[in-house]
Amino acid sequence: MTEFLQTIFIGWGLPESLAIGLTILLQIALILGVLFAAVAYLTLAERKVIGYMQVRVGPNRVGPRGLLQPIADALKLMFKEIIIPAGADKKLFLIAPVLAMAPSLAAWAVLPVADGWVLADINAGLLYVLAITSMGVYGVIVAGWASNSKYAFLGAMRSAAQIVSYEIAMGFALVGVLMAAGSLNFGQIVASQQGEYGLFSWFWLPLLPLFVIYFVSGVAETNRAPFDVAEGESEIVAGFHVEYSGMAFAVFFLGEYANMILISALAALLFLGGWLSPFQGWTDSWLGQSSIIWMLIKTSFFLFLYLWFRATFPRYRYDQIMRLGWKVFIPITIVWIVVVGGLVMGEIGPWFAAA
Amino acid sequence: MAFEQIVFYAFSAVLVFSAGVVITVRNPVHAALFLVLCFFSTAGLWLLLRAEFLAIALVLVYVGAVMVLFLFVVMMLDINIAVVRQGFARYLAVGGVVAILLIAVMAMVVGGDYFGLERTPVPEPIGEVSNTRLLGLQLYTDYVYPFEIASVILLVAIIAAIALTLRRRPDSRYQEPGRQVEVRRGDRVRLVSMKSEERR
Amino acid sequence: MNFETPDFLPVVPELFVLGMACLILVVDLFLSDRSRVVTYLMSQATLVGALVVTLGLSSPIAQVTMNGTFVLDPMATLLKSVVYIASFVAFLYAKDYLRARSLFKGEFFLLGLFAVLGMMVLISAHSMLTVYLGLELMSLSLYAMVALQRNSATASEAAMKYFILGAMASAMLLYGMSMLYGATGTLDLGELGARVQGAGPSSLVLVFGLVFLIVGIAFKLGAVPFHMWVPDVYHGAPTAVTLFVSSAPKLAAFAMLMRLLVDGLPGLHGHWQDMLILLAVLSVALGNVLAIAQANIKRLLAYSGISHVGFLLMGVLAGTPEGYAAGMYYAIAYVIMTLGGFGMVILMSRAGFEADRLEDYKGLNERSPWFALMMLILMFSMAGVPPFLGFWAKLAVLEAVVSIDLIWVAVVAVVFSVIGAFYYLRVVKYMYFDKPEDEHSLVAGSDLRFLLSANGLAVLGLGIFPGSLLALCASAIG
Repeated sequence: MTEFLQTIFIGWGLPESLAIGLTILLQIALILGVLFAAVAYLTLAERKVIGYMQVRVGPNRVGPRGLLQPIADALKLMFKEIIIPAGADKKLFLIAPVLAMAPSLAAWAVLPVADGWVLADINAGLLYVLAITSMGVYGVIVAGWASNSKYAFLGAMRSAAQIVSYEIAMGFALVGVLMAAGSLNFGQIVASQQGEYGLFSWFWLPLLPLFVIYFVSGVAETNRAPFDVAEGESEIVAGFHVEYSGMAFAVFFLGEYANMILISALAALLFLGGWLSPFQGWTDSWLGQSSIIWMLIKTSFFLFLYLWFRATFPRYRYDQIMRLGWKVFIPITIVWIVVVGGLVMGEIGPWFAAA
Repeated sequence: MAFEQIVFYAFSAVLVFSAGVVITVRNPVHAALFLVLCFFSTAGLWLLLRAEFLAIALVLVYVGAVMVLFLFVVMMLDINIAVVRQGFARYLAVGGVVAILLIAVMAMVVGGDYFGLERTPVPEPIGEVSNTRLLGLQLYTDYVYPFEIASVILLVAIIAAIALTLRRRPDSRYQEPGRQVEVRRGDRVRLVSMKSEERR
Repeated sequence: MNFETPDFLPVVPELFVLGMACLILVVDLFLSDRSRVVTYLMSQATLVGALVVTLGLSSPIAQVTMNGTFVLDPMATLLKSVVYIASFVAFLYAKDYLRARSLFKGEFFLLGLFAVLGMMVLISAHSMLTVYLGLELMSLSLYAMVALQRNSATASEAAMKYFILGAMASAMLLYGMSMLYGATGTLDLGELGARVQGAGPSSLVLVFGLVFLIVGIAFKLGAVPFHMWVPDVYHGAPTAVTLFVSSAPKLAAFAMLMRLLVDGLPGLHGHWQDMLILLAVLSVALGNVLAIAQANIKRLLAYSGISHVGFLLMGVLAGTPEGYAAGMYYAIAYVIMTLGGFGMVILMSRAGFEADRLEDYKGLNERSPWFALMMLILMFSMAGVPPFLGFWAKLAVLEAVVSIDLIWVAVVAVVFSVIGAFYYLRVVKYMYFDKPEDEHSLVAGSDLRFLLSANGLAVLGLGIFPGSLLALCASAIG
């Protein structure tokens, strides 16, 4: 696609560097457009799914079966006033939502959705994602501090401690993946999960503890239920974004949902073989072919888990979150990294057999 | 001007500007945030040099973890900047002289005469290599001894931090999850069989 | 990937100490406070074991391994052995002191062992990388040890000063190293020496790098004008920690000096000689003069230590094998004497009483003639009175300086050590000619008494038979 667009632009008589720049811009716009649409309909899906789980119908008034609800919500938020509290640090107050959302968008630069469908195919892709997502926490802390509000500040502190703690467990889980794959490049990570045993060739099986820990940490990183003490409606009203309204609030919201999609996509890529078919090696028909559809199905599955968790689990207490992160997850990941090292060295199973 | 040069000057300008702001701005939280910006633009410069691992590690470690904790502390402490600034004028002369000397040294030594392009030529790019992979190979083979010592230093830092801060305060209460889990029904509930009272 | 597995044999002592330290770390977790003595015994056993292994591996030829970052030569063997012995003695002195102040925790011994590991790395360094890492490992452990007494404000202040100034010194050192690396393109000290020789001594970068290097080393040694932390740290830290900080790390700092300047930059000898002369003369002068004004024995010993560093530098600046041997001899003699000196402070102290004022030593002769005699020996030796160890050490150093025609340096050193004799003799006067203010009997345990006696007698014995230790140092320099 890249070459195709570039040749068109050059055909229009543009210089080459400009053509490359325009192509990249178009690609970015494409990714963001799809992402925003996904976020919008994820909010609808959340309300619908939780509604059905609670034996309700969910939103069903705007448009056929409530399908236009997200658009109505967006319109409403856009026309609301952004209230800046007295005593707030105005610049930081306004910049905080951007800081919260930008990393979750920037991470998509290296994430492939199908073989070769990626904006920047860099070698250290996994590391890049880890670094970029670790910056999301600034939005939260800055928002909490700039709001000049006790509830917001409490929420920010909780969230910062939680994110920093779970990042370690998450990082270790990813170390396991990179040891298993022998690469930090997403394309190669997915390629190394290829095998004749279909879904049993993927990394979720040999890395099962890391897989579980990764996803649970991901839930904690995004401040979603049952780890949403940073928002904790019943304790600190709405946590770090209690003072936000209108579009500023909506940007936080966008960031959170974009982050959910990111974590789900990552889980699909790293542990469930990305765009590989679960029936690969079993059948040669279209079912066995890898395609973007598998990637979408896997990502949706994880997104569904997010919603399911929210509808099911009661909120963790703060000290329990810390205990789970530091005393359970981190030790398990360290032990399993050693195990993975042994498996890789011993070239055990279909996953690590010498290629 | 080539694209790389534009990027270089852009990042450098941001870096110099934010570094200046870090030491001049009055609000410590702003200073810390500008320091984050500093790290970020440094990482950008390193990316230009194709030191991708270093750049990403800088962002991951300093921006993602160290500065977060730093901000944490700065926000909670509520530092009074006026007190910190006391004596600024008194030390200005000495500080100024030291600064000028250091700058002079840097200009004389680190300038183009000794570290210019003719002295240390740009290394030839050796094709597609993964920076991270090569770094890992080097660290775990040729430099394994220094690498392990560095890890021992981190271990000592952990020990020292725990030795200096961990204490059990008798006046605060602790939860012991082990004992909570061990609780059986019998410990909490006692079934008593009582005779019902006679109807009078 | 063509990678040759390095020869691990020379590194076995380091591996042994590291392994034991990790083992003790885990064992210590499961000990109750009453059985904490197990940690202490294991630490001592580690030091003894390391001594045995190091001596067993000693060889007259230098072996470089680990891709040129590690060297095992006779100097390393000798210095490491003295470090083990000094640390052993320091731990033994510390035991009762720590018990009486409820500081008897595993962390003290663990951090001590890690500091010893750092010193070993530093002593065996053959690359600027390992010099720096060993130094940091040692320093970090020492900072934490100084701060270990949490409820003491002076200890915390001392630790803070030590940490900040130490960090500054490390930064200077790193800056200097980066210049040298930039100019020569190598971290390996042997290679660096060869390339510096090739570049000629006039290269500005090399000289500037050297200046920063020497600033960093002088900070760590505590030489004037980079000595400001020494009295505060020695004074503020618990005496047991002061004892440790003032003894073995000096050997490591001496090794750093030797590795960086003698192994790494022999081509710049003319430059670093001038700088070291300045440091040495200032240290001897200022250390001795300022010590006179001290009323606290820990501060007094600190300033005396600064002047001793001056003497040590004189040996090295000569730039001859005899000079290096004399410097090493001086370093070892200083460590033996300072162990005894602070050992006396520990002996005199008891729970709630630090015995760190000079007045506390009044009339010691009436309370305990034997230990007054020991203190007398130590003070005379530090002052450089024959026939004690300190005299021969000073003599060897002065000979080295005279042999390169720096007579004025020797004269200055002699003049100031005569001035310095005043404050040592004042302690002696307090002990023998004043009435005791404090009638408590000494409470120290028998092992401490025995060790202190042995320490004092060693100063006497090595003074009467000075040849053997000096010969050992000379053979270690080769």
